Amino acid sequence: MLELPPILDPAGPQAAPVTALSWILFVGGAVITLLIVGLMIVAVVGTDRLKAALAGERMILIGGLGFTIVSLLVLLIAGLGMTASLASRSGEEMLTVRVTGLRWWWRLEYPGFEAANELVIPAGQPVRIELRSADVLHSFWVPQLAGKRDMIPGKDNSLIIEADRPGVYAGYCTEFCGAGHALMQFRTIALPPDEYALWAAAQARPAALPADDLSQRGQRLFDRIGCGSCHNVAGTRAAGRTGPDLTHIGSRTMLGAGILPNNRGTLAGWTADPAASKPGVLMPGYTYLSAGELQALAAYMDGLE
Amino acid sequence: MSAKDLPEPLDENERAFEAALKNLPDRTPRPEGELEELERVWAKPKGWRTLTVVNNDYVGSWYVGASLMFFVLAGILALIMRVQLAAPLADIVGPETYNQLFTMHGTIMMFLFAVPAVEAMGVLLLPQMFAARDLPFPRLSAFAFWAYFIGGTAFFLSLFWGVAPDGGWFMNPPYTSYIFSPGVNADFWLLGIGFIEISAIAGAIEIVVGCLKTRAPGMTLDKLPIFGWAMLVFAGMIIVGFPAIILGTILLELERAFHWPFFIAEAGGDPLLWQHLFWFFGHPEVYIIFLPAAGLVSMMIPTIARAKLVGYNMVVLALVATGFISFGVWAHHMFTTGIPDLSLSFFSAASMAVSIPAGVQVFAWIATLMLARKIRFNVPTLFVFGFLVIFTMGGLTGVMLGLVPFDWQAHDTYFIVAHLHYVLIGGMVFPLFAAIYYWTPMVSQNALSERLGKWAFWLMFSGTHITFFIMHYTGLQGMPRRVYTYLPAQDVSSVNLISTVGAFTIAAGVAVFVFDMLRNFRLGGENAGNVYDGGTLEWLPQGDYCARSIPVVDSTQPLWDRPELASEVKAGQWFLPGALTGRRETIVTSPIKAIPQYLVIIPGPSIWHVLAAIGTAGFFLSLTVKLVWVAAAFGILGIGAVLRWMSEMDKGPDHPPVDVGGGMMLPVYMTGPKSHAIWAMWVLVIVFGMIFACQIFSYLFLWSGQPDAWPPAGTGAAATFPAVLSIAAYAGSFLLMIAAGRALSRVPEQAPGRFLMLLLTAIAALLAGFGGEFAAYGHIDPTASGFGATSWTFTVLNGLQVATLFLWGAFLVWRTRRGMTDGVRRLSFDCILVLWGFAAAQASISLTISAFFPLLI
Repeated sequence: MLELPPILDPAGPQAAPVTALSWILFVGGAVITLLIVGLMIVAVVGTDRLKAALAGERMILIGGLGFTIVSLLVLLIAGLGMTASLASRSGEEMLTVRVTGLRWWWRLEYPGFEAANELVIPAGQPVRIELRSADVLHSFWVPQLAGKRDMIPGKDNSLIIEADRPGVYAGYCTEFCGAGHALMQFRTIALPPDEYALWAAAQARPAALPADDLSQRGQRLFDRIGCGSCHNVAGTRAAGRTGPDLTHIGSRTMLGAGILPNNRGTLAGWTADPAASKPGVLMPGYTYLSAGELQALAAYMDGLE
Repeated sequence: MSAKDLPEPLDENERAFEAALKNLPDRTPRPEGELEELERVWAKPKGWRTLTVVNNDYVGSWYVGASLMFFVLAGILALIMRVQLAAPLADIVGPETYNQLFTMHGTIMMFLFAVPAVEAMGVLLLPQMFAARDLPFPRLSAFAFWAYFIGGTAFFLSLFWGVAPDGGWFMNPPYTSYIFSPGVNADFWLLGIGFIEISAIAGAIEIVVGCLKTRAPGMTLDKLPIFGWAMLVFAGMIIVGFPAIILGTILLELERAFHWPFFIAEAGGDPLLWQHLFWFFGHPEVYIIFLPAAGLVSMMIPTIARAKLVGYNMVVLALVATGFISFGVWAHHMFTTGIPDLSLSFFSAASMAVSIPAGVQVFAWIATLMLARKIRFNVPTLFVFGFLVIFTMGGLTGVMLGLVPFDWQAHDTYFIVAHLHYVLIGGMVFPLFAAIYYWTPMVSQNALSERLGKWAFWLMFSGTHITFFIMHYTGLQGMPRRVYTYLPAQDVSSVNLISTVGAFTIAAGVAVFVFDMLRNFRLGGENAGNVYDGGTLEWLPQGDYCARSIPVVDSTQPLWDRPELASEVKAGQWFLPGALTGRRETIVTSPIKAIPQYLVIIPGPSIWHVLAAIGTAGFFLSLTVKLVWVAAAFGILGIGAVLRWMSEMDKGPDHPPVDVGGGMMLPVYMTGPKSHAIWAMWVLVIVFGMIFACQIFSYLFLWSGQPDAWPPAGTGAAATFPAVLSIAAYAGSFLLMIAAGRALSRVPEQAPGRFLMLLLTAIAALLAGFGGEFAAYGHIDPTASGFGATSWTFTVLNGLQVATLFLWGAFLVWRTRRGMTDGVRRLSFDCILVLWGFAAAQASISLTISAFFPLLI
């Protein structure tokens, strides 16, 4: 059995009505296409009587004007009603996360802490996403949870998403933003509310101390080669804001804005040569580091849970 | 009793026309040598001088050919992209190259293929459909062609240096501005678009005046071939829509070159301003492409069905309605930008409404097909049927996308890629291919091959569905547009592979078509003739001079209703059977009833418009790569060639009125409201007026985003006294021009000294007015804020007008001193007066806004 694509497999109340609408549109579209093709077939092989009945200006008035206007009006009313109902929740109190699009990753500002590239939300609750851009246009989209909304410099947009069940939902940047656009993705992870509370509490804490020798060596190296000038690791000297916050990078499932599984191997590989996985990336490569040094760095970051 | 049935008093022309009709067709034998003279006058130069040809059948065919060349080139770019996307994380091209590829594919397909192709069909077909000798401004169309061909080719070549634009065909800032795209790439986009703007506007002027002023006598507006209506609406839409992108490109280039912050949010600009300007042009653009194609279909379907089009009036109304409604839908490209709910509702409703006229046309075509006794499945029929299916499907997904909640999901995914290719391939490419097969026999010695054509059709038809039908699914699966690759985890690998296979199927079909064209399409000599038995005037027997004589028309399918018409026309029994003044000429008719008004002398082959095009292209190209001195040289060449070209115009009443047939005497010179040149001038003024209106919109749009910072703190307001003086100078210069016009009417009885003095004073007042603008807000820094930038843009626009008037004024001084302008021979002056009045009005309004608006609020 073929799995349904995400737009037709909604996981929340902001997306489900659109799926229902989509099905109506697809079936209606198919019927009308068949109708037109049928009329063309009649024009070619139909009997003279049938053709005579379908010729003349009456045909244009009934088919071209009457049918078109009635079906469009029905659709328009349904569409506008749905637009209004999807937008009507903007007044409610709810968890608010500010998501900023940058080339080519996502900064996530929760109340009390910052994260990146992996949006964790409580299931069964609406979440307001405040959308900002730090450079060029981006657009935020999680197909199973809601329609997309653009991130525009100088404009304060927002969007409500809600997952009605725990799960992992793919997300994309959908506004062309340059070399890294294709690989500017992210995951939205909906956790049961109690697990979400635990996660949020953990994220609000400063970074874990390196547990073993290798990780300690990694932290010293992290400090020495200047990672902290771009990255923040709360509770350490690393306080950069140019790149993603790494305070809890070890807790994330993906790396490089949703494109690589996160483990020590990919952390080391990414650090050495991020452009190999993501051409155009603004982070410089550290190919001069030895394999041992990269392992130490990866161990340190992996331990930042 | 309707107003139409009331007898109206006839004017002098109408009485003469009615009298002449009694004598036509004139069956007395034609004088010997008349046909030879006609052939000599309209002959096309041979050898390298072929480049100087201006006859519309040649220029139109070159135009179509060049657009097809760009179609093939942009198609090849698409194939490279499809190879890259055939597998996840493929490494055929990197993102830098891929971004150039998709930008160039979209830009070339829209600007260098689709718009020029339909315009080219207009140049090729309209004079023939009107049985006019040529278009009213043949050198202008030839100039537009050369500027487009040279500029477009240079634009394409930028790919080979890796400096092609990479910001998408929509070029959204801030990505495309100097901060994020410092290279020359984006400038090449602005350059390429510049050429299309020039040639589209030139073409629109040509088509409006051609459709309204050079129809066959008796071809009242309600007998205008549907293609003529479509092209009239097309031209109207270019005149209203293109100014938005012209202004947009000016603003973006000002921002890129001089850092005027129109689109930079931190400095008081707004990236959304670009989106409004771009899509105000960009969505009508789709209908600019589609309407002519629909017009072609409405011409072919009657021939296919061997029956007149059902619902002619409704189809015309549908075309006009589409033109109007399409200007109210642009923001449906911006549903996801967070525009207000009220705007969402309005633009959603308008986007729905625009499908009503499309539905009317589809059912009119079907109703006409129902009248067919038996439909012959030749190649044009196949492509028209393919069009009906593909276009209907694209239209239906368009309705879906007009619904805001669905658009929020599908926007910027492959669902859109599928939709737009269904609409554009279905709505434009298939009709165009049908039309090329259908009308090739009109200009070529051979018709195209039925066998090859059927291969081309089936490959293209199946390929289109294989490539693009599956893309609807790819989009629902969540694949965004404009991505150079995707991850295996996105689950779109197999569907992408299918699309790649389909793309090569389309390419195979196009290759068969190209082979057919190369083998069978031959310009010149005897054409293949009316092989499909069409009923409209372009199927009259043709020579270099178009039809031998210009018939009087009283039906929409004259060749069906009057079978002897072709032989009468060929025997020279109707109007204008020869070259009556020994030069190229055609009959100018009144815009509604098509009553002959005068005989216009139209220019023949020349090198000057070609040099003007080379100068224009060279100027912009050199400027793009920052070779300022080379640019200056090309600029001088271009302006010099235009002036030389203009010096051959406005020849004055150098021939007495002639009998064009049946005893109807027509003058050979005209100025004032009947003149085709004055009409063209007014069209141009509407274009400038729309550019100016878009600039006022931009000014108010930036103000509305920051009403408290207008002007921003620390920036002074404009100085009002110099502004008032400047307005007075501009207004005064126009009054001086009116006085000069009075003085001119007494030349040559009086010496032209008084006229020249008034003209020179008017030029001086104009320059003083322009100088006053600098005194009014010279202290405002255009690079510091959106306020400064948009205020100064008024001055930029005024400066362009002042420069044009200055050059033209100097040219008029030269003409007058050479005795080429006087009280009768004054078309050059009457034309400049129209523009002068506009420029003075624009400058006065712009100064009022930029100097006084900030004080009022």
